[in-house]
Amino acid sequence: MVNENGEKIKISVQNLNFFYGNHQALFDNNLDILENRVTAVIGPSGCGKSTHLRAFNRIFELYPEQRAKGKIILDDENILDRSIDILELRRKVGMIFQKPTPFPMSVFDNVAYGLKLHFKLNKSQTAERVEKALRGASLWDEVKDKLKKSGMALSGGQQQRLCIARAIAAEPEVLLMDEPTSAIDPVGTLKVENLIEELKEKFTIVIVTHNMQQAARISEHTAFFYEGHIIEYDLTKKIFTSPSNQKTEDYVTGRFG
Amino acid sequence: MSYCNKKLIQPEYSDRIFKVLTGAAAILAALLMLGFFVQLFWYALPSIKTFGWRFLISSEWDPVKQVYGALPSILGTLITTGIAVLIAVPVSFIVSMFLVESAPAWFSVPVSYALDLLAAIPSIIYGMWGLFVFVPFMQSTVQPFLANTLHLKSIPFFGGNYNGFGFLTSGIILALMILPFVSAVMRDVFKMVPSVLKESAFGAGATSWEVTYDITMKYGARGLLGAVFLGLGRAVGETMAVLFVIGNIQTMPKSFFQAGTTIAATLANNFAEAEGIFKSSLFELGLILLVMSFLIQVLAQLWLKRISRQMGES
Amino acid sequence: MRRRGLVLRKTIDISMKLLSILFVTVAVAVMLWILYTVCSKGIEAFSWSFFVEPTKPYGIPDGGIANALLGTVIITIGAVIIGVPPGLLGGIYLSEFARNSKLGNIIRFSANVMMGIPSIICGLFVYAMLVYSTKHFSGFAGSVALSVIMFPVILRTTEDMLCMVPDALRESALAIGMPRWRATFSIVCKAASSGLVTGVLLAIARVSGETAPLLFTALWSDDWPFTFFTQPTANLTVTINEYATNSPFNVMHTRAWGAALVITFIILILNISCRIIFKNKEHAS
Repeated sequence: MVNENGEKIKISVQNLNFFYGNHQALFDNNLDILENRVTAVIGPSGCGKSTHLRAFNRIFELYPEQRAKGKIILDDENILDRSIDILELRRKVGMIFQKPTPFPMSVFDNVAYGLKLHFKLNKSQTAERVEKALRGASLWDEVKDKLKKSGMALSGGQQQRLCIARAIAAEPEVLLMDEPTSAIDPVGTLKVENLIEELKEKFTIVIVTHNMQQAARISEHTAFFYEGHIIEYDLTKKIFTSPSNQKTEDYVTGRFG
Repeated sequence: MSYCNKKLIQPEYSDRIFKVLTGAAAILAALLMLGFFVQLFWYALPSIKTFGWRFLISSEWDPVKQVYGALPSILGTLITTGIAVLIAVPVSFIVSMFLVESAPAWFSVPVSYALDLLAAIPSIIYGMWGLFVFVPFMQSTVQPFLANTLHLKSIPFFGGNYNGFGFLTSGIILALMILPFVSAVMRDVFKMVPSVLKESAFGAGATSWEVTYDITMKYGARGLLGAVFLGLGRAVGETMAVLFVIGNIQTMPKSFFQAGTTIAATLANNFAEAEGIFKSSLFELGLILLVMSFLIQVLAQLWLKRISRQMGES
Repeated sequence: MRRRGLVLRKTIDISMKLLSILFVTVAVAVMLWILYTVCSKGIEAFSWSFFVEPTKPYGIPDGGIANALLGTVIITIGAVIIGVPPGLLGGIYLSEFARNSKLGNIIRFSANVMMGIPSIICGLFVYAMLVYSTKHFSGFAGSVALSVIMFPVILRTTEDMLCMVPDALRESALAIGMPRWRATFSIVCKAASSGLVTGVLLAIARVSGETAPLLFTALWSDDWPFTFFTQPTANLTVTINEYATNSPFNVMHTRAWGAALVITFIILILNISCRIIFKNKEHAS
């Protein structure tokens, strides 16, 4: 799939509706996410931006009362289709959460975890790929001497990059980030932002953020969500300088949010 | 004025009485604990003097010659407790995992509630059910199946005759009795695992079992071990559930099918008619049981303390 | 890179799910089996005379459990009278004066350990203390044995419940000039009252089904429990034990089941009411 400018569309969301029990949280969302770009999703809290993201790897299915209707086309396949293999989908679509989530095991095992789930590797191959992933997450130099230490012993920013390393070790194509810097300090935030800049060469990144400067700094495209609707979706530059919708303007200029 | 008269007892003074009174009540806990040891040791003293260390390793039990040994009771206690824990821990693990992680609410809520209520049922009920229902069932179905159909009778520990009573039956009844307790603690452990951690593992493409095995179990390992301790402590000193189905024979255990005894069963069974050195021997048995359960409890307490300290850090 | 087979991983996952369903089914089935047995066999014994007549010696055909039921009630009330006040007071000490003190930690530790000591040991302890010295079994000794079991339970639940009361409440009571003891009883304990009641009820539920400690203290009897302080006293659990193990008569077994149903029913009622009381409290706050 390509858009009118000839750019490749990685994910195409078509008429996505989302329900928590009887409560509808998303209304007819349509969104084309381009390959190897960073797409930011912004909006006031409770607007459905995280909900939207959580449909991309069907993680919402853990909770029986939640359901999604519509289509999310990833590389020509509707991932909301029952026939899609959910484990393979989640390998292809990695996710980073708001709070860093190191598993209760060593730094090395944390990164190796995703690898071992999906690939058959011997010891040296595993070590090689763990190093590659940690380098990819610009964490290698900081942790190479404490690979055997618990992942929970790292600082908040390091933990978040560890989670990114764990996600990219499984060789995904898309990375979902749900407010990845909201729980870490400014220095850690900067490192994660720089990392995202590098990662987009290999991955398609969708990032939910409540920090508008962050969205402006790191993304090419921005979608503005309000009460479950996508109000405006355009180039980030345009959204922040000359939005076409009044609500978007009010939000990005800080009049509410 | 009457108001002033009321203040004859100064607040500081009345508060001091209050503190001393409540403090004395609290210290009672430590004193009682100490009292257990002193009292049992005192009454066990004649037996300790007469039999010495031999009491612990002797299997002799002869009320005519007035010679007693604790070994069969001690081994019986260890065997039944071991069987109970071996059965109850994995079953509780899987049951609580299912109830917390996979089962729909309409199933898990009433079943959890029922399990909690079952934890309250007196042990004598388990004993009675064991005697009238489960012993015949063991004799007619389970033991023939294990011995003949699975051909276990040719290997050691499963040989000999069976009549439904014995170590295996007691172990199973004990397992049923401690299952509600162990699974209650394990359910709490499973619930304590942050859902974002589980989501993260699911997000990496793990199956539910992989999430449980790799994440939940590692995260809750210490709490799960605490649950094992709890079950162990319950099982080791249980009297009534065992007394009815163990068979109450003072012999060295050779087979799981065989009838035998435990410390608690020996005490309950012989205490009424015991006199003199016999009674003192029973007190010594009680002292051994006290030491055993004391050690289990102390270990469990220290362990739980360590967990809560580590949880506080993270 | 070689991929790991999805089929194998999913097969393991599904087999574990099936295994859990199997285990849960077996566990629930056995539990239901036990409850069904107690109910169906127990109900056979129920009749008017079962509840109003005292137990009769072996061989005499009719008889009930009235004296044992009354005895259990009296012994349990005795245990409450002996065990609850020190438990409450000790719990107050731990929560109000000894939150982080060394003595407090030792007491807490002893109480926790004591809760795990087998009840038969409590029986043995009280036997040595009361029965051996006075040379007679008595219902009173039974009450003491049960109170020894209750005491640490009440101590710890009282402490936990009082610790949940916010410190601001204590401070504001003291700030208007109340002495500490008054602030504790009339403000702190009142705020935690439903928790305290729950703790006591749970402790009662826990001891009222105890058998082993009573074997060494109250024993049993066919008489009415009017000689509570000096003679063996009838009670439900030891009666069940006698009828179930020492009697060859079916009618006795049936009566034991009836008594078992009664005691199970009492304990379940106590437990369920605790849950209801505590739940209401949670909703209110």
